[in-house]
Amino acid sequence: MLVFAAVVVTSALVIVELNQNRTLSWSLAYYGGGYLLALAIAHLLVRRYAPYADPLLLPIVALLNGIGLVMIYRLDLARAISAVNRGEEVPTPQAALQLVWTGVALVFFLIVLLVVRDHTVLQSYAYTLALVGVVVLAIPAVLPSSLSEVNGAQIWIRVPGLFSIQPAEFAKIALIIFAAAFLVSKRSVLSTAGKKVFGLVLPRARDLGPLIVALVLALLVLVRGKDLGTALLLFGTLLAMIYVATGRVSWLIIGMLGFAGGAYLAYQLFSHVRVRVDIWLDPFGDPLGNGYQLVQSLFGLGTGGIFGTGLGAGRPDIVPFASTDFIMAALGEELGLVGVTAILLCFLILTARGIRTGLAAKDGFGTLLAGGLSFSLALQMFIVVGGVTRLIPLTGLTTPFLSYGGSSLLSNYVILALLVRISDSSRRPPEPVRPAPAAVPLAEANTQMVPALNPPGGKA
Amino acid sequence: MKRPLRRLGAAVIVMVVLLLGNIAYTQVIKADDYRADPNNKRTLVAEYSRQRGQITAAGGVVIARSDPVDDQYQYQRVYPEGAVYAHPVGYYSMRYGPTGVERSQNEILSGEAPELIAGQLSDLITGRDPRGGNVQLTLVPAVQQAAYSAMTDKGYVGAVVAIEPSSGKILAMVSTPSYDPTPLASHSDADQRQAYNDLVNADPSPLLNRAISAVYPPGSTFKLVIAAAALQNGYTPQSTVTGESTITLPGTGGATLSNFGGETCADGGGADVTLTQALAFSCNTAFAQVAMSLGAPVVRKQADALGVDDQGVDIGLDVVGSRLGDVPDTASLAQTGIGQRDVAVTPFQMAWITATIANRGDKMAPHLIAQTTKPDLTVISQTQPQSLGQAIPIPVADQLRDMMVESEKHTPGSGSIADLVIASKTGTAEHGTDPKNTPPHAWYVAFAPADNPKVAVAVLVEDGGDLGTNATGAKVAGPVGRSVIAAALAGGS
Repeated sequence: MLVFAAVVVTSALVIVELNQNRTLSWSLAYYGGGYLLALAIAHLLVRRYAPYADPLLLPIVALLNGIGLVMIYRLDLARAISAVNRGEEVPTPQAALQLVWTGVALVFFLIVLLVVRDHTVLQSYAYTLALVGVVVLAIPAVLPSSLSEVNGAQIWIRVPGLFSIQPAEFAKIALIIFAAAFLVSKRSVLSTAGKKVFGLVLPRARDLGPLIVALVLALLVLVRGKDLGTALLLFGTLLAMIYVATGRVSWLIIGMLGFAGGAYLAYQLFSHVRVRVDIWLDPFGDPLGNGYQLVQSLFGLGTGGIFGTGLGAGRPDIVPFASTDFIMAALGEELGLVGVTAILLCFLILTARGIRTGLAAKDGFGTLLAGGLSFSLALQMFIVVGGVTRLIPLTGLTTPFLSYGGSSLLSNYVILALLVRISDSSRRPPEPVRPAPAAVPLAEANTQMVPALNPPGGKA
Repeated sequence: MKRPLRRLGAAVIVMVVLLLGNIAYTQVIKADDYRADPNNKRTLVAEYSRQRGQITAAGGVVIARSDPVDDQYQYQRVYPEGAVYAHPVGYYSMRYGPTGVERSQNEILSGEAPELIAGQLSDLITGRDPRGGNVQLTLVPAVQQAAYSAMTDKGYVGAVVAIEPSSGKILAMVSTPSYDPTPLASHSDADQRQAYNDLVNADPSPLLNRAISAVYPPGSTFKLVIAAAALQNGYTPQSTVTGESTITLPGTGGATLSNFGGETCADGGGADVTLTQALAFSCNTAFAQVAMSLGAPVVRKQADALGVDDQGVDIGLDVVGSRLGDVPDTASLAQTGIGQRDVAVTPFQMAWITATIANRGDKMAPHLIAQTTKPDLTVISQTQPQSLGQAIPIPVADQLRDMMVESEKHTPGSGSIADLVIASKTGTAEHGTDPKNTPPHAWYVAFAPADNPKVAVAVLVEDGGDLGTNATGAKVAGPVGRSVIAAALAGGS
């Protein structure tokens, strides 16, 4: 599978070079080979330290990450050309940086895998993680904007000249771990107690208190920093986790009502929210101003059509932020509906495998954590792809594994490591002492999930 | 916990399906709308990346073509003849848009014209990139080159237009100073900007097409229009007119109008002269009086008939309108009679008037586009000679011709051609706030051979050319005109 991913990525790179009329060189083979080597090492280490983990998780991520790298490289070429044409200095290539970040992310991935030998230990750090999460999240808000603001969003921690990170990406993971631990510990209370009003079972405040406090704090920080995408992502993920923990639809409904109220409030309070919604409703009302980004994204997708223009043959660089938030528009333009479908199916498989890991987990914490992490990946993908394709209002987020951005890549590899870890422990055969009867429901779970989630003609 | 988690998995499937549905809608159903949207720069880039058609002159000489190159646009527009054809042909710039024929014939050249769409469908099916159609101009390379060389050899600022009288074909259109259009079509944005800024900052402006986009006082060349009106209103070539060196303009309290150099007409000591002599010696006093005797409506009617009607004309390029002016009083009518005051014409307009006289008063529609063809060279459209009606009666046109032949005999200046009878009129037009001390615009309009005209030409040289305030139309513009005529007749066109 890994070899397959590497071959796909390398051929994509070759096509870019050909379509950009550049000469092929052996350095391309080195890139492809290097990428393959790095992943092979990661793969072997996974085999060594998490031998029972789902073997599909890493290759799919490798494929997505590789496609992202190729597109970022391709956008670098376009930026270089337009800079030369304008007589400006050629900007720093993002692809090389992203490659470095990929390496760093893989190291992080392995560290998490090595340090967290058993995911259940995370449970005991739940409150610490929650605190760390909220504090880290709040840092950009208290920093001067010169150290925290990029493109109008005050959500960064910048170390000038060195690097900048988006703490929200990591806070997200901390909060998900906290929520999983918290919900598991309060599960029985949550699913039984509570007053019934109009058929909805209301939660008792003290049961959910800490979670709500953490969530509200996080959301406030994010909305204030104009990071609506992450706010939406966190809210959606935690709501889903509460639902999974309690199995109560009433929680979902309460959450949705809360979301509707919050959204309305945000629309009334914040001009940047209103602008986003207005663009969504009528992007062509101001095609060269506010709507420019989305309109260009739609143009790119439309120009790509069913089969796309071919890698390197389109003009995805016309869309602003093509390598980060709008990378799906770039991919849609050059790979067409076919390519986008394949990529979305990769995400679907990744999420399905993650959720299956959750189903197979032997402990409630593992189930909830794996479910929450997988769902957060899917939801993040949905929010950003839905945004750039005008399914929902656009909120800035990176596309997991595809977009340019170190923080995003690091945090998503950490998520991957956690999934691999949970997957390993859930599939690890029980100690030889006792042949497990528990294996039966697990097998059932597998056979039920595979046909439901494996799409027909998927690339699995 | 397992059941809700499974439902969550189903929710993810729903999310992906929603995304895919919406993306499919965007990429398939709305795709054509998005591709055609004028705000979609990709469409523009695609147009620039297409193999654009050729622009050729008569005889198939290539003036503009698209060469395959190894970059993102695939084709580079090149102009092998450079500055010689720059004004009629224009340039095709990504940053500054197309101009000239590149602009007016863009639909054909880019392949967007309805006649070319069918061909593109088959191109699509056969996998060939769609190509643009070709445009063939009426310009004759020998004539164009002669006009360009004659102007640039002397460093003249001005314009030359040559027309075939019988058909209205434009044989030459030159404006100087000119420029090389190739850098403006460069794929390097920096090169484009550099080239454009250099041209914008240059003085006199190389970008102005003086032949069709600028108007000048016609000076004495406008006496042809007055003479045409006079010959239809009681005058004959032998009618006597004043030979005085100076006349007083009525209603001005003593302002005068004099002949060139303050001389009496035809060195006659102030005695009356014939209309023919008055035209040959370009006597201002005579034509001022003739104009006054005709009255403004008669003058305006003739000017209108010959195209000096303040309306632009489409010759394949847009020509700005030439005008007579308001003519508010008799004094201004007198000045209008010698092509001064508010009279303002394009060099093209004077060439057209001359061609109409040469064609015995039958005004032919002037045109620059000979034909357009598909990429496989089958003809899309061909411009046929078209008469716009009799602007001057035939006998009057013949009398004018004879008077112009006399005029040519009294025109000094080099370049006369053995055994060739040329009919011509010169003009030395004052302009500016201090006309007597400003170098005049030099004009020369002519056609030849007089008895069977093959070419009519108008030459304008701004600000006296190389002779300053001593310049006359005869000395500065005349030699340019004759070299153009020589080139046109040598080519047998």
